[in-house]
Amino acid sequence: MAESTATSTGARRRRVPRMTRTDRIVLVVLVGLPTILHVAFVWVPTLSSVALSFTDWNGVGGLDAIEWVGLRNYEQVFTIYPPFWPALRNNALWMLFLVLVPTAFGLFLAVALDKQIRGSRFYQSALYLPVVLAPALVGFITQIVFTRDTGLVNGLLGLTGEGAPDWLGDSTLNLPTVMLASGWRHAGYVMVLYLAGLKSVDHALREAAVLDGASEWQAFRHVIFPALKPINVVVLVVTVIESLRTFDLVYVINKGTNGLELLSVLITQNIIGEASRIGFGSAIAVMLLLVSTVFIVVYLGQVFRKDADR
Amino acid sequence: MTVTTRPERVAARGEPGERPRRTRRVRAPRVVLHLVLVVATTLWLAPIAYALYTSLRPYSDTAEHGYVSLARSLTLDNYITAFAGADLPHYFLNTMLVAVPAIVVTLLLASFVAFGISRFSWRLNIPLLILFTAGNLLPHQVIITPLYRMFLEIPLPEFMSESELLYDSYWGLILIHVAVQTGFCVFVLSNYMRTIPVELTEAATMDGASVLRQYRQVILPLCRPPLAALATLEFTWIYNDFFWPLVLMPTGEKRPIMAALANLRGQYFVDNNLVAAGALLTAVPTVVVFFLLQRQFVNGLTMGATKG
Repeated sequence: MAESTATSTGARRRRVPRMTRTDRIVLVVLVGLPTILHVAFVWVPTLSSVALSFTDWNGVGGLDAIEWVGLRNYEQVFTIYPPFWPALRNNALWMLFLVLVPTAFGLFLAVALDKQIRGSRFYQSALYLPVVLAPALVGFITQIVFTRDTGLVNGLLGLTGEGAPDWLGDSTLNLPTVMLASGWRHAGYVMVLYLAGLKSVDHALREAAVLDGASEWQAFRHVIFPALKPINVVVLVVTVIESLRTFDLVYVINKGTNGLELLSVLITQNIIGEASRIGFGSAIAVMLLLVSTVFIVVYLGQVFRKDADR
Repeated sequence: MTVTTRPERVAARGEPGERPRRTRRVRAPRVVLHLVLVVATTLWLAPIAYALYTSLRPYSDTAEHGYVSLARSLTLDNYITAFAGADLPHYFLNTMLVAVPAIVVTLLLASFVAFGISRFSWRLNIPLLILFTAGNLLPHQVIITPLYRMFLEIPLPEFMSESELLYDSYWGLILIHVAVQTGFCVFVLSNYMRTIPVELTEAATMDGASVLRQYRQVILPLCRPPLAALATLEFTWIYNDFFWPLVLMPTGEKRPIMAALANLRGQYFVDNNLVAAGALLTAVPTVVVFFLLQRQFVNGLTMGATKG
């Protein structure tokens, strides 16, 4: 690090005095210490997940008790671990739903509220309010609203007794119900991101489109949406990562079982559940990592493109 | 931006015959738009309003008349029961014990890194920024398994934690928040610092200011807006965190409020009225922060998502 400091400072275009030795040491420490911390507790565990996924370690005994088993964990996850496929399916559905429904709605809200209409601030605050609530609390509110016998929804619909839909207990209904709750929180988030993005879209461009006789929809479709491309990528990645991270909401409702299985829950169950299966849990974590990596790379590509151009 | 559009609008209105057509075309959709927004806002607020309503009703009232009914009486009893009975202040304190040091240390460390990689041209700038940005985006469950084992292996002296391990200690929770959140804050801060003119620090260098002095007296004072935004955002995130203590802090008594709530539900929060009161009480700090610091909050989010 010290070497690269020296060379690049030397190559600076302006004649600024060279950094002193102390300055260089100070800089290396300032940058180095946090980097070591971040690497040690984020990247080392990430890579360890990959390594451990090829072992049959159950967490008991020292590191020398670790035995390499090749792809056995993956094979078992795919073949004899019943919750895996439902979890993968639920994650995929969750992702698809978040991208298609609340994200699209958030974009609609942003475009609508960007028109400087009266009461825009109020609408924004109200629609944004669920975003500051913890996902765990959203879980509690979901329960109050959707419980079968004492919930708001069945009460309003006048459905009581045995025949009433059990929104959170029925394994065919609870996934859509909980996705709806997470959409409630997600739409406001997307709205804020797009509102910021829309500020950078040239108003003159829009005015011109309208003057040329374009309808609202045409102006959106051909002028505004294309101009939002960079923010679209960011929103897409944020949405996907959010859906992969989902944990608290389902865990509060039923610990992520009976129709609410998610990869994040399965990984956690393999540590804090009865059986601590480190290698097995890691194999699932690696799959989560692979999916995330694709989108993280897309994100980095978008965000750092400007740097490369510079 | 409004300034640039204004002349065009005037021009458009000035054209003969243009005005009535334009207003008619704009007005009708605007009413529909308001209608849609009012419906959406109502739907969005309804669950919170309903939770508030439920929390204010005595259990006996809802048991007799059902939850969807007109309240015969309203009371704060559920709040008192939730607050005192479940000892919520104790758990609020636990949260602050983690959140305050975590936020301070995160912002400090992140500003160090951001300063180093945005104000000096090193070859490692971009790789480091990518490392922090990507690390921030990883789902927490990807790292939890090895992290859990690491926390069980790393000893702490007894005066720091009864557990004598990072596991089940406040130090451990603070540490993991700092390690993960530094990623996001480095990204935001370095984008911001890059917009500060080079001449400022160059002038300071000419005057013989050390690197540390440039950081403290030139850059840091200029970074108040992103620091305020990040502090607001990080407070909300750390306060709302449920996952880390669930795995890394098994002792219920020591848990921050969000993770403690799940346990409290079975013991103290037995009916919907109490669950609603408990949930709303727990939400108060973040909602207050949001209303007081809305601008910072939204700035932080957008700074993190977009560049510069």
